[in-house]
Amino acid sequence: MAETVFGPVTDWATDFDHGSPAYAADMHKIWDDLKTSGCPIAHTNRYGGVWLPLTHEMVHEIAYDTDHFSSEGPVVGQLKPSEVPDRIGAPIGPVPPISSDPPFHAEARRLLLPAFSPKKIDPWRDEVIEICNKLIDDMGDANHIDAALQYSQHIPVMVIARMLGLPVEDGDRFRGWVNLVLSGIGEERTEERMAKFEEFNQYLAYHVNDHMENPREDLISFLLNAEIMGQKLSLEHTVGTVILLLIAGIDTTWSGIGSSLWHLASNSVDRRRLVENPDMIPAAIEEFLRAYAPVTMARIVKEDMEFHGVQMKQEDWVLLPFPAANRDDKQFANAHEVVIDREENRHAAFGLGIHRCLGSNLARLEMNVAIEVFLKRFPDFSVDPNEMVTWSTGQVRGPRSLPFVVNARA
Amino acid sequence: MALNAYAMDMRVRVDPSKCQGHNRCYALAPELFDVDDLGNAFELNDGVVPVGLEDKARLALANCPEFAISIEE
Repeated sequence: MAETVFGPVTDWATDFDHGSPAYAADMHKIWDDLKTSGCPIAHTNRYGGVWLPLTHEMVHEIAYDTDHFSSEGPVVGQLKPSEVPDRIGAPIGPVPPISSDPPFHAEARRLLLPAFSPKKIDPWRDEVIEICNKLIDDMGDANHIDAALQYSQHIPVMVIARMLGLPVEDGDRFRGWVNLVLSGIGEERTEERMAKFEEFNQYLAYHVNDHMENPREDLISFLLNAEIMGQKLSLEHTVGTVILLLIAGIDTTWSGIGSSLWHLASNSVDRRRLVENPDMIPAAIEEFLRAYAPVTMARIVKEDMEFHGVQMKQEDWVLLPFPAANRDDKQFANAHEVVIDREENRHAAFGLGIHRCLGSNLARLEMNVAIEVFLKRFPDFSVDPNEMVTWSTGQVRGPRSLPFVVNARA
Repeated sequence: MALNAYAMDMRVRVDPSKCQGHNRCYALAPELFDVDDLGNAFELNDGVVPVGLEDKARLALANCPEFAISIEE
């Protein structure tokens, strides 16, 4: 096992820490500085060795190259996949299908695709509108609100809990586990952290058991009945997929909604354009997805190899920073400007290749409705100058508190 | 211009080996594209683009993250 490195970053080209608050606060500048200094792929010995490619071309190439890069470790941690106790190795991985490799991946994914296809997701629109309006009703007539704590963080939780068949009122617990899995990656493996993981596993085991005894019309019951090549899924596969849908369905969309609202609170011209022309919202959401893409994924190097002049070692981590690819000026005109009516926008916020975000249609629906409803109810709002906006750390980036002043309501 | 528009024969194609179901084309140009039960896109009407919808075809092409759409003119 490689030496574990903690503490402040000394050099972003050779010692970066993508799980640090310093990275979360300043990632765009860090990428630009690295690229202009001639370092399109950074490295760190932290986490046992991680590579950070920064161009759209490299991110695209790695995402497509499933021969050399495995998805067994989609989130960088202090343990390599091979060091994890009770490992479920490739090609299935711990949380299929995001952790799966071909050819198994296609089977595990095909199972889930119909439930998340556009025609199955669109009918959720009215329910999402209702959820968003209710959250705003609950704010009463306060002029100081927190749009992350009182709005964006709740929307995806309520929808995915209903889809899976988990109690909606457990939202706070789900968010606690999301933070544990995704935001705490730079932390050491303390007993307290391990106890929380155990609590999460026991909670899921309880609800999966309950679905076995009392089947119903939801995704957990669907998974319990599903088959791959004539075989029922293993319990590990089912629980792993429930973990994936719960975790991936929550803080990613919460981050996307939050970043969009933060942009609109900080840019009154864009906000006014969308209030006056709500039909511009879908294109604006795509631009927010490009400019503030929440998700960075990871891969594991299968065997020692050379990649664009660097020597990658077997079991090195490789990050896929889709947010950096989306800011690459070789791929996007005025890549650093937020242009809400951008016409050409092949952004990679939902990934590229066979692991394209399974929930992208749901995420887009939630983001569009959340922004539509918020702008309709609060046509004028701004960031509270006396409070701090805070951002998450780790591979999912978004605002975790959004103190706003409501200047007008409708 | 009108004569030219009628004479033009534009076709769109989705390469099924590249499409990963991002659903951008179906969202932007539902007159030209549809999606199957898995969410993967295919072109309608054998890809023939009705006169007046050429811009929508170009918009779909310009927003496909996988570069799965092509246009023949």
